[in-house]
Amino acid sequence: MSSRTNRWRKTVSLEQINNLNKRFRQLSSNKETLSREDLASIPDLDNNPIRLQIINAFFDKRNLSQSEVGIVQEIGFEEFLMVLTHFQPAAMDITEDNREKLRRTKLRFLFNMHDTDGNGIITLEEYRQAVEELLSKAGTIAPETVKAIADAAMLDVASTTRGKMEPDEFYEGITFEHFLQILKTLDIETTMHVRFLNLDTANMRCGK
Amino acid sequence: MSGLWHGKILMLMVVLTVSRHSLAFQARNANPSNQPGTNASTGNGTENTITTLPIVTWKWHHTEGPYLVALWVLVSWICKLVFQLNPALTNVFPESGLLICIGWVLGGIIYGADKVQTFRLQPFTFFYYLLPPIVLDAGYSMPNKQFMGNLGAILVHAVIGTVWNAASLGLGLWGCWLGGAMGHLNTGLLQLLLFGSLIAAVDPVAVIAVFEEVHVNEVLYIIVFGESLLNDGVTVVLFNVFDAFVSLGGPAINAVEIIKGIISFFVVAFGGSLVGIAFGILISLLTRLTKKTPTIEPGFIFVFGYLSYLTAEFLSLSAILSCTFCGVFCQKYVNTNMSEKSVNTVRTTMKVFANGSETVIFVFLGISAIDPSIWVWNTGFILLTLLFIFVFRFMGVFVLTWILNQYRLVPLGLIEQLVMGYGGLRGAVAYGLVFLLDENKYKEKNLMISTTLLVVYFTVMLQGITMKPLVNWLKVKRATTDEAMLAEKIMNRTFDHMLVAIEDISGQIGHNYLWDKWHNFEEKWLFRILMNPTARKSRDYIFNIFHQLNLKDAMSYVQEGERRGSLAFVRNDSKADVDFNKQFDTDFTDMPDIMGPDHIPVPFVLRDSVPSVSLNMHEQDQKMRESEDFNAHHLLQQHLYKGRKQRHTYSRKQPVVNRDEDEVQEIFQRTMRSRLESFKSAKMGVAQPKKITKHSKKDQTEKMSNGKPADDSKIHSYGDEDFEFSEGDSAGDAAGGSFPMAAYKGGAGIVNPAYMAEMDSNEPMPPMPQIPPWLAEAGEDSSNVAPSQRAQLRLPWTPTNLRRLAPLRLSTHSNDSFLLADSPATQEGTEPQPPLPLQDGRGRGTHM
Repeated sequence: MSSRTNRWRKTVSLEQINNLNKRFRQLSSNKETLSREDLASIPDLDNNPIRLQIINAFFDKRNLSQSEVGIVQEIGFEEFLMVLTHFQPAAMDITEDNREKLRRTKLRFLFNMHDTDGNGIITLEEYRQAVEELLSKAGTIAPETVKAIADAAMLDVASTTRGKMEPDEFYEGITFEHFLQILKTLDIETTMHVRFLNLDTANMRCGK
Repeated sequence: MSGLWHGKILMLMVVLTVSRHSLAFQARNANPSNQPGTNASTGNGTENTITTLPIVTWKWHHTEGPYLVALWVLVSWICKLVFQLNPALTNVFPESGLLICIGWVLGGIIYGADKVQTFRLQPFTFFYYLLPPIVLDAGYSMPNKQFMGNLGAILVHAVIGTVWNAASLGLGLWGCWLGGAMGHLNTGLLQLLLFGSLIAAVDPVAVIAVFEEVHVNEVLYIIVFGESLLNDGVTVVLFNVFDAFVSLGGPAINAVEIIKGIISFFVVAFGGSLVGIAFGILISLLTRLTKKTPTIEPGFIFVFGYLSYLTAEFLSLSAILSCTFCGVFCQKYVNTNMSEKSVNTVRTTMKVFANGSETVIFVFLGISAIDPSIWVWNTGFILLTLLFIFVFRFMGVFVLTWILNQYRLVPLGLIEQLVMGYGGLRGAVAYGLVFLLDENKYKEKNLMISTTLLVVYFTVMLQGITMKPLVNWLKVKRATTDEAMLAEKIMNRTFDHMLVAIEDISGQIGHNYLWDKWHNFEEKWLFRILMNPTARKSRDYIFNIFHQLNLKDAMSYVQEGERRGSLAFVRNDSKADVDFNKQFDTDFTDMPDIMGPDHIPVPFVLRDSVPSVSLNMHEQDQKMRESEDFNAHHLLQQHLYKGRKQRHTYSRKQPVVNRDEDEVQEIFQRTMRSRLESFKSAKMGVAQPKKITKHSKKDQTEKMSNGKPADDSKIHSYGDEDFEFSEGDSAGDAAGGSFPMAAYKGGAGIVNPAYMAEMDSNEPMPPMPQIPPWLAEAGEDSSNVAPSQRAQLRLPWTPTNLRRLAPLRLSTHSNDSFLLADSPATQEGTEPQPPLPLQDGRGRGTHM
């Protein structure tokens, strides 16, 4: 546990941690742990179509440690921070190796959000579900169309990742490798980040 | 290769000669034709004195002006065309530089002919006719999200950077002038500052021209490009302020005047932007109403864009800012309000105008140089200007970026800064401004003009040429050029929402948060006010992509079909039929008995009633081939969309090809449906794929041996309501001997066999024609039942379809899904059938 905190501390200033801690307390109404309901009650999240997926991500063991699969009911501050570390910007002088690693971590987070049953594959069902949630909020697209879009997107993925398939081959879903492949143009290591309040960039850069 | 070259050069020479003649003519008549009045009087004179009816009269003066304009545009475009035909040339030199070179050559020819430079880029022409299209296009096609996301950096560079460039250049030159580096020049601090301010601004025309060819990454591009557009506000203010200061004279300038100058900056910049946004709102509102006048719809965009430019200009606000923001603001609403066709028209036309202006500008920048009367050489002044421009630009970029990097989450690296500094191209705006100077006030106007021209040449030619190698050498991150896939776009959307959610959860008010709030506001209010209520529905970005994808599918389907002679599908089908028939020869005699007389028009593709139709088509092969052509036409006539008949009517109010939209729509619906279907079946099939397949096959064989038709509907339970049919269908077809073609033209629910039947595209299409069996001569009863047979082969709704998800779109990357959808089914459907020695798809091909 303490090593994790250290990792965070290396890259985020103490002040930021304090800020986040304050936020954590505020969300959990001063308890030690944060529950699903606490997050669900954030008013700003109401309009977010992928609200549930995001909340799940905070309680997903895969985002907390590499090996385990499953869901926890409540998280402490450490876990809260763990999830948020996925949203740190890349350091300026990051090496190619680390950049690739960071990229994988960030994409893994995104992947886990879609792979709801945690079997390492985003099936058509899971994908449809995700797309439906994403697009239905606006209410401008009919559910049928949403499905068609999800299907078409899945086709896209299948055709680009598999190459030529035999007729009796069955595309069981998007694996993480395929996921990496289809998102290779997404500049995730430079875009997936959030500015935490009072961000001390100088400190962050020294940290690496 | 050399022959090609000669041809091109010859062509160019012809054009040059033509234009030269006209130019020479113009020069000779330069004096009398200056006043339109004289023109008119000479025209009248000839009319009055005629003694006989002239059959042909020489009316050059009437047409001279427009004619020359047209010729110039033609010459410029032909130059551009020549360059584009020589990729080897454009790979090394940027087009803008080449156009300037051509300008020099043309200018040399004109000067040689006239001994005086008749043509030069007039500031009025430049600012009122050539610049607006470029700016409007830039604003209208601006990537809004990136622009807004980097607005801070852009503004810092555009405002502070430009002020820094102007001030440092002016002061630097002034210092050198005082130090005596330039000899005797009749100038002063204010004049030099004015010169600095007009040449400080990075030029949008040059930047677009050069960076468009280099493809640097989006962030870098948007910062340089945005800066070049937004610094106009600063340039206009600095130019006006220093011009006024020069008129006032040094002693009259006090703190009040300077404060006024600063205030005027805000007024000019924000005023200009507001005028632009106001016009953007007007356009959006207006396009809500233009649905019924599609021919003038695109025109509004141009007129309002131009008006926003002119309005800002006459209010002495920043015209470029106004036009830019007009485009930036209205693009989203306008594009949803207008019909797709108008949107495309606007886009294309804008590009034509912008590209045309750009070409003309660069050619004229070259031509203007060939005029000894403007050239004044002052080594010190010119070289120092070049040096200062280059050095101070880099200094400004480095310092400003360093400051920005303290706040940016993703800092700009050193390489990016180098490119930004190097991308500080100066261009026609500076040239236009310097020509506006009053010769009486600025004794060194000609020196300034020469210096400006040299600076423009230096930056556009030298920096432009070296930009590409530099970017390569520095390994600047390039823009990804391949088209993003639908899945990727969806993921991007998820991604955006995720960032907002994380900001919400961590309680930060960050960039994403603000962007999200703006979105909500936009959705709530702006969309309601500015968007057509019906258009709002299809507004969604991802839906649009999906829509485009489908359209592309449909288009490529049609193209592919036509490329193969429109009948590829027919051939394939009959191919399948033939083989099949062979197997079931014996059953064929039983068939007629069960055919009923009732005709129910149904797309037979959908039927699984195959067993009933086993016939010996094989014998008829020969005949079919003979009549293939006839059948082709017949089939096409039946299947093609009726709308085409109306093509030849002409109307000025309505685009004549209106029906095309229906066609596209229809194709689109088909595509959608086939996609849906294939997935529907896929979904069902997941659970029990093999079982169902086998069931259907068993069914077939059973019935066939009985000579009884299968119960079609049993087999494919996944078809949706549109495809309902009854057992009698196939019977009806067969008995009648004339297949009810009306079926294909029918309602939306019917799937055109032409669209469903496309077969295995992996197999080379042999140009071997065969009649679709159901079109074979009446009287041969046997042929009439073939369709059902084919349908059986195709088994469009068997669960095995799921496996075909992937191959569907393989061949042309996302294009051909439903082209290929059916072929594997055919193969699968037949292969594993033990009792009947069916051939696989390949074998079948040979039977033809």
